[in-house]
Amino acid sequence: MNFLEILGSSLPSVITLSVVFLFGCIGETISEKAGNLNLGIPGVMCFGVVGGGIGSLIYMNFIYPAMPVTANAFGFVEFISYSLLILLGIVFSFAFGALGGLIYSFLTTTLKANQNVTGLALTTFGAGVGDFFVTLMCRDGGDDLFEVAARIYGTHLTNATLGPAGTTFDNSNWHMGFIASDNPVANIFSQPSLVYICFILAIVVFIVLNKTRIGLSLRAVGENPATADAAGINTDKYKYMATVIGCGIAGVGGLFYNMIRLQGGWNGTSNLQNLGWMVLALVIFTVWNPLVAIVGSLVFAFLYSIPSYINTDMVTNKFLVLIPYIMTVVVLIFTSIFGKKNVLPPGSLGVNYFREER
Amino acid sequence: MENFVQEDISIRFENITKTFGSVVANEKITFDVYKGEILSLLGENGSGKTTLMNMLSGIYFPDEGQIYVNGKKVTIASPMDAFKLKIGMVHQHFKLIDVFTCLENIVLGIADKEKANKNNARKAVLDICNRYGFEINLDKKVYDLSVSEKQTLEILKTLYREAEILILDEPTAVLTPIEIRKLFSVLANMRKDGKTIIIITHKLNEVMEISDRVAVLRKGQYIDTVRTCYTNEAQLTEMMVGKKIVLDINRTEPKNMEDRLFVKHLSLSNKDGTKVLDDVSFIARSGEILGIAGIAGSGQRELLEAIAGVKPGYKGDVIFNRPKKNLPVSFFHKTYREVVDMAKKGAFHYENGKPVDFTGMSSKKIKELVNAEKIIFNENEIYNLRNLNPRTIRELGVRLSFVPEDRLGMGLVGNMDLIDNMMLRSYRKGKGIIVNRKKPEALAEEIVHELDVVTPDLHTPVRKLSGGNVQKVLVGREISSSPKVLMAAYPVRGLDINSSYLIYNLLDKEKQDGSAVIFVGEDLDVLLALCDRILVMCEGKVSGIVDARKTTKEEVGLLMTKNKEDNIGGEENA
Repeated sequence: MNFLEILGSSLPSVITLSVVFLFGCIGETISEKAGNLNLGIPGVMCFGVVGGGIGSLIYMNFIYPAMPVTANAFGFVEFISYSLLILLGIVFSFAFGALGGLIYSFLTTTLKANQNVTGLALTTFGAGVGDFFVTLMCRDGGDDLFEVAARIYGTHLTNATLGPAGTTFDNSNWHMGFIASDNPVANIFSQPSLVYICFILAIVVFIVLNKTRIGLSLRAVGENPATADAAGINTDKYKYMATVIGCGIAGVGGLFYNMIRLQGGWNGTSNLQNLGWMVLALVIFTVWNPLVAIVGSLVFAFLYSIPSYINTDMVTNKFLVLIPYIMTVVVLIFTSIFGKKNVLPPGSLGVNYFREER
Repeated sequence: MENFVQEDISIRFENITKTFGSVVANEKITFDVYKGEILSLLGENGSGKTTLMNMLSGIYFPDEGQIYVNGKKVTIASPMDAFKLKIGMVHQHFKLIDVFTCLENIVLGIADKEKANKNNARKAVLDICNRYGFEINLDKKVYDLSVSEKQTLEILKTLYREAEILILDEPTAVLTPIEIRKLFSVLANMRKDGKTIIIITHKLNEVMEISDRVAVLRKGQYIDTVRTCYTNEAQLTEMMVGKKIVLDINRTEPKNMEDRLFVKHLSLSNKDGTKVLDDVSFIARSGEILGIAGIAGSGQRELLEAIAGVKPGYKGDVIFNRPKKNLPVSFFHKTYREVVDMAKKGAFHYENGKPVDFTGMSSKKIKELVNAEKIIFNENEIYNLRNLNPRTIRELGVRLSFVPEDRLGMGLVGNMDLIDNMMLRSYRKGKGIIVNRKKPEALAEEIVHELDVVTPDLHTPVRKLSGGNVQKVLVGREISSSPKVLMAAYPVRGLDINSSYLIYNLLDKEKQDGSAVIFVGEDLDVLLALCDRILVMCEGKVSGIVDARKTTKEEVGLLMTKNKEDNIGGEENA
């Protein structure tokens, strides 16, 4: 197998995985830019899975019976139905992720608890809660409903609206939320809509962080909260906002993981937790920049997926899995030695702010 | 008391009280600030000046009492409230975001959309600059700014927010004399514009020069307000410290002088290749205090750090002539092989004076003798510190007590108590794996007692002490180790007069005990009164070494700026 073939066959997996990374990475970047080092991101993504599951079940029980999305036709009604599912999924997974962020913010910003301890606690808590509730939802045919929902999530609009009817739900071509066609260019540009939403979100967040007043204030809070406070910025509000919104976005990553990466087939939290920890490394790797994160998440996803597409011995395989982590360390070393101040971590990352402390 | 009408009063403090834990920072403070005046708020360290002003700017909230602004009862619960009342404060430790540009710092946190627009802001700020004579590049990142530029930016920030009442906390602490004059002329301009200015300071000459009235605080209590033209420095000092103090610094005659430290052709470049030290040579002698004068940033800090081994990679040599007196050989700075070789040459003797002969001894026995500190040097030992690491240099007795602006950042651990901080320097001394807390405890007690450190007890985390007290702990600990060479950089920065004199006397005592003391100071009067010789630095070069007993302030001042003026001349010619 040559490199291009490996690249071609692994591409679907790489893209779905990179989106999981990217959601998490955007969320964590927002949170860290406000100075909150949220180690709870793996747990928060598990929260997101629960929320996404609830949203999907609501859709399957109340909307799908009235407006089914069938394999052979994708008209106006189907489009509305499809949009409602995406909307419900996003809203609920966001809300549950945000709930995790709210817990974190309350502990660290209001009660001034140690950020690292809080984050680790949130991760274990989220993993437990996630596994329990998703397993609960999968009972009594829930998993079948998930599978149907997952297929609708996986529909890509280009094919559904522009391509010939009937291609969308052909089981034989179904592969990781992605129709494998002979044309590799078409492969790249026919993704589930959540993929596009994610990439656009990265750009939007970049602009908000770097070009708007809100972003300026937010970064000020993360760099030096005492200064921001003296400038009249409500630091607590920004820390809450950034963490809650950031966790909400990471929660959508959980939805994407369960519904598109796993196609609704929940397999326990350990895998998602692994990805969550890689998100934390990815934020460092991408020097807190959502635009770099788009590339970075693709790189990470590629390195993470590639071992399963190459036939080598176990040791080589494990070494390949190691590469993203090594790269993160290398990036840290390089930015620390040669970095300008604007690629270094936010100045007060991980430190709580208390105005009257002396 | 309800709102009142009195046209000329800008701010009234009424019975303001603020406590931190068991420490009373402000107690029932009542006084008025008039419109369009420059008021100096004078007081020693820890007298509550900054705390009081922080309540006016919304950082702290008073426990009791009432503040009136322009005759109206106000509640200032946050910095935002202070802005709305047109109160702006320039903090001693600047509140700027390093990675932002000047302009971004100026618009930061402004709620009004029009005002926060960068283009509008740029125009308005340039207007302000022209009006008061500021110079600044608005697109520079703050980390590229000099200290005085940062201060300018801070003032611009408050002016852009249309502050009518401006508070400056120790504005001159970090400025050169020329910059101070510039600042004062700007302040005078602002007074002309009808702005009310409050300056927190403890420098009497500046108080006399710039202010209309002086309000004095002492130990959290308000003493009185006087018109500057009706008072003098002696009276203000008395109000400030409560008793007349002798303004004489002890300077004993140097004795038993011995060349202790030779710095030869030392040059050092920093990361971007600019020379911070250029061919520095001098000798420091035991039994005398060598002062180092120079404008801040002329290489004083780098010089001391190079000697202490913290900044390796310099060119040139630092030769340390270690005195023989009862100093045992140690494996910290000699390898086993070196010890044996030197013993062969007859370099050592036992405690009872007999010469050391290792022939026939097992290596184990020799190591035991050395570790028991039973082997003593016969003669002075010569070390080139360039080749040694900081820890070895410390062990040899070359101590650096550097008091940085961030006192807690270097040398002390904020969250640990006094005893633990004492142990930071002695933890290697204990036997076995359990540390001995007895000695550090005794030392901590001694320092607290000797230097009047105000602390609830020895187990209080250092970060809870006030700045001056933290500094006393830091300096006290370094001096307590009775070093052979003691380097003290800015040991009195930010300290009140009483504590400063304590530190000066300690340095003098060290000198009498035979240390070679190197003292980097800011105040020329102190340098002239305390030191035996003064080395003047200018832009990394030694511009002169003068006898402190014979020189004058003017001579040293000229040397401090010698190279600078040459350079300016050179540029003009080119």
